[in-house]
Amino acid sequence: MLVTPMLNYFGYLFDGGNWSFAQGSIPHLLLQHVEYTLITLLIAAVIALPVGLLIGHTNRGALLAINIGNAGRALPTFGLLSLMVTLVGIGTLPVLVALVVLAVPPILTSTYAGIRAVDSAAVDAAVGMGMRPLQVLTRAEVPMALPLIMSGLRSALLQVCATATVAAYVGFGGLGRLLIDGLSTNHYDEVFAGAVLVALLAIVLDLLSAAVQRSIVSPGVRERRGRRHRGSSDAPMSDAPTSDAAMSETSEQTETRQQQVSTASTSR
Amino acid sequence: MIDYIRNNQTIIWQALGQHVYLSLLPVLLGTVVAVPVGYLAVRRPALYQPIVNLGGVIYSIPSLALFLIIPVVLGTGVLSPLNIIVALAVYTFALLTRTVADALTDVQGETTQAADALGFRRLRRLVGVEIPMALPVMLAGVRVATVSNISLVSVGAFLGVGGLGALFTRGLQLGFIEPIIVGIVLSVLLAAVCDIGIVLLQRRLTPWSRVGAG
Repeated sequence: MLVTPMLNYFGYLFDGGNWSFAQGSIPHLLLQHVEYTLITLLIAAVIALPVGLLIGHTNRGALLAINIGNAGRALPTFGLLSLMVTLVGIGTLPVLVALVVLAVPPILTSTYAGIRAVDSAAVDAAVGMGMRPLQVLTRAEVPMALPLIMSGLRSALLQVCATATVAAYVGFGGLGRLLIDGLSTNHYDEVFAGAVLVALLAIVLDLLSAAVQRSIVSPGVRERRGRRHRGSSDAPMSDAPTSDAAMSETSEQTETRQQQVSTASTSR
Repeated sequence: MIDYIRNNQTIIWQALGQHVYLSLLPVLLGTVVAVPVGYLAVRRPALYQPIVNLGGVIYSIPSLALFLIIPVVLGTGVLSPLNIIVALAVYTFALLTRTVADALTDVQGETTQAADALGFRRLRRLVGVEIPMALPVMLAGVRVATVSNISLVSVGAFLGVGGLGALFTRGLQLGFIEPIIVGIVLSVLLAAVCDIGIVLLQRRLTPWSRVGAG
């Protein structure tokens, strides 16, 4: 009894005919999906990275960045897409706009938070070494903020990959096609194939971006971060001679952690 | 716009009500499961990495995909609201276990040693010292989970159970922007209200954190 329905659910996925490259076949939809995801991420990064760097570097407009981040997280992409389609009609533009709006906030907030979290002593040292403002940014702040910046890009990537399925609802391609078409024709094996493929694609993209992150983040920065994550227990006692200092240390840590939690979120 | 709202009050209220229920119940369920599992990851450090990895993998599953996989796993109908609730509870769990584990880890050390020295037993130390101290960070995670759940529920509209998402499909089908705008505005407002609510709750629950920060 348990085996039969499972076989049915996997029917579409394991049907070789759906894998030969043709219009609407699984490889074709998969490729389309990756294409939408990457184009969106690129546009969003071009918008959000410079703004995030600027806000983080100058510390002006921080409130704006945080608010955009929060509002963006609350904005339902499907609603935005419906609105855009109703206003301008079906086309690439509404889909791209809706997805870019989704991808900008995580990149923006984590870039900003990453730059702000850079040890000010390191920045001072960079200035002291005679670096120009742009050099301070590109050679000191960005490399040290890279883990957080990358985590923003990765969560944007995940969200876009997940949400690009919605594009199929307004007649676009991508893996969402399987979900939407399967649902409307009651072919649940097709729906299931779409769901599994999107999930796998998301996981593969996340692993790939994790590998990219590992290769571009300086080992020194990674190490520091790792140690910090272990918590306050290994903070050297000599650094916190008075209980007052210890208190401010922990509350500062709590704040950083809270910031990490809210910036590293990967809502979809 | 006003005419639309006036003529469709029942539908809008129903959609909002369903939205509240579909987004907040999972936060509760997910949190209830995440706290013990997060604590387990702290008590047994060997389990920390596997638990965090599991959360990461779950979190990378797209919502629409999860909404559609869950009925297969649970045997519920594709159109059952239960799918949405379980899926969002799973996300909340995935997001919060790591947060809970990290928050509780941050509390370890002097604070727990002090509690031990005062004669707190393990459970009392957890409930009376560790959880309250970890609350600000945990609630930051709950805020993120709540807000993201609220925006995710509307995706359920594909399956016919989407709270305010129903207004989006309706508007899309009729080529009519009023329901869409009402849906977006209510969704964002709901998220803002819940977010502020949790912040206020946190202030009530952790009065010391304000003193410390000031």
